[in-house]
Amino acid sequence: MGLDFRIKKQLNYFELDVDVSIGNELLVIEGPSGAGKTTILNCLAGLVIPDSGHIAIDDRVLFDSEQRINIHVEKRHIGYLFQSYALFPNMTVRNNVLYGLRSKRGFRRGSSRKAMLEYADYTMETLGISHLSDKRPTHISGGEKQRVALARAMVTRPALMLLDEPFSALDENTKDMVYDEFMSFKDTLKIPTVLITHNHKETELFADKNIKLKEGRIIQK
Amino acid sequence: MRRRPLNHKIMFEPVILSLKVATIATIIAFIFGVFFAYLLTKKNIPGKNIWETILILPMILPPSIVGYLLLKVFGRRGPIGAFLLDTFGIQVVFTWIACVIAASIVALPLMYQNAKGAFQSVDKTYELAARTLGSGSFKVFRTVTFPLSGPGIVSGIVLTFARALGEFGATLMLAGNIPGKTQTIPTSIYYAVVTGKDEQANILVTIMVLFSFALVFGLNMWLKKKNYGGN
Repeated sequence: MGLDFRIKKQLNYFELDVDVSIGNELLVIEGPSGAGKTTILNCLAGLVIPDSGHIAIDDRVLFDSEQRINIHVEKRHIGYLFQSYALFPNMTVRNNVLYGLRSKRGFRRGSSRKAMLEYADYTMETLGISHLSDKRPTHISGGEKQRVALARAMVTRPALMLLDEPFSALDENTKDMVYDEFMSFKDTLKIPTVLITHNHKETELFADKNIKLKEGRIIQK
Repeated sequence: MRRRPLNHKIMFEPVILSLKVATIATIIAFIFGVFFAYLLTKKNIPGKNIWETILILPMILPPSIVGYLLLKVFGRRGPIGAFLLDTFGIQVVFTWIACVIAASIVALPLMYQNAKGAFQSVDKTYELAARTLGSGSFKVFRTVTFPLSGPGIVSGIVLTFARALGEFGATLMLAGNIPGKTQTIPTSIYYAVVTGKDEQANILVTIMVLFSFALVFGLNMWLKKKNYGGN
């Protein structure tokens, strides 16, 4: 049970070639800019198609080049926290968080709409953003944006969580506080989670497993 | 020489007709402009460059040529004109419908260009985020791309309306200049000038200039106010 992926993808200057298996734990992929970290996340999310390989969550195959399987991004059921958080500026915080529940996929686990909305409220409360409900993302701080983006990714109860340098947009003072919050948040996830960073401190703080990447190859497990 | 009193009916009929024509033409250009902009920026359509060139063409060609081509298509013996006449008994040429067709075709490129620019300027990350949250490409467009394109779309609507309101050449070719029937503000001004009715021309020119000024001024004020800012 967990996430298995084997990805080969020719990039501009090198070939990305990784093979990793994790359980319901947090994998940190560390490496310098341009090492292929974000490409791995995009392949897992379905935003980029690998040249070859296999991606599966709990035996559910998302991509397999030999069997010609490629599940579309909107059907992969993943949570993706973008580096810029990508909160929709035309919606309030609450509507951002509810966005994923308003697609058919949001209800596919048999939950009623009421239960889903209650879960959204619970998630917002847990992450301490309930008071921001009616605000626009442009009017909240960096740390708050990160929590809203996490809530938005979590409320659909994804099968896999992808975090693309989630702390890089924060200033140093905010970072320490958010690190603390993330430590307790991480334990509630209980799904395979992949976090990418170029900050070794984050690997030490959060990693259940970690790999180091250089020019598309794993140089340390 | 004694001044002839102004005939208010003749004065204001073109204003009413122009507003009616420009409003309907803007709605038509909006629907097609947004549809084609969506299709050509978000979907893989074969022959994109050719479609795009055809859409832009009415803006590049002299309006008289556009009018002539429309006359060939919508005339009694044109493919669409003959079909409409034979099947529904509708004659297009020299009716107010011809004014709407001419204004729509000439204004369409403005709406298309503005919508396309607006869709392309939306940060792709928002669209990718929406897709990871389970939305298909049309829902992403409806809930994220289109609302975030608001200012560009509104600019497009205002400019399209202004262009439709000022349409002259193609309208004259396709609809003629029949007072009370197909005479719009621009054709009425032309008619007033060539027949020496300067006072009528002055009033209509003043209406056009003030109205166009108010439109563009209002748009600029709105655009200044409306600023989503970064994320």
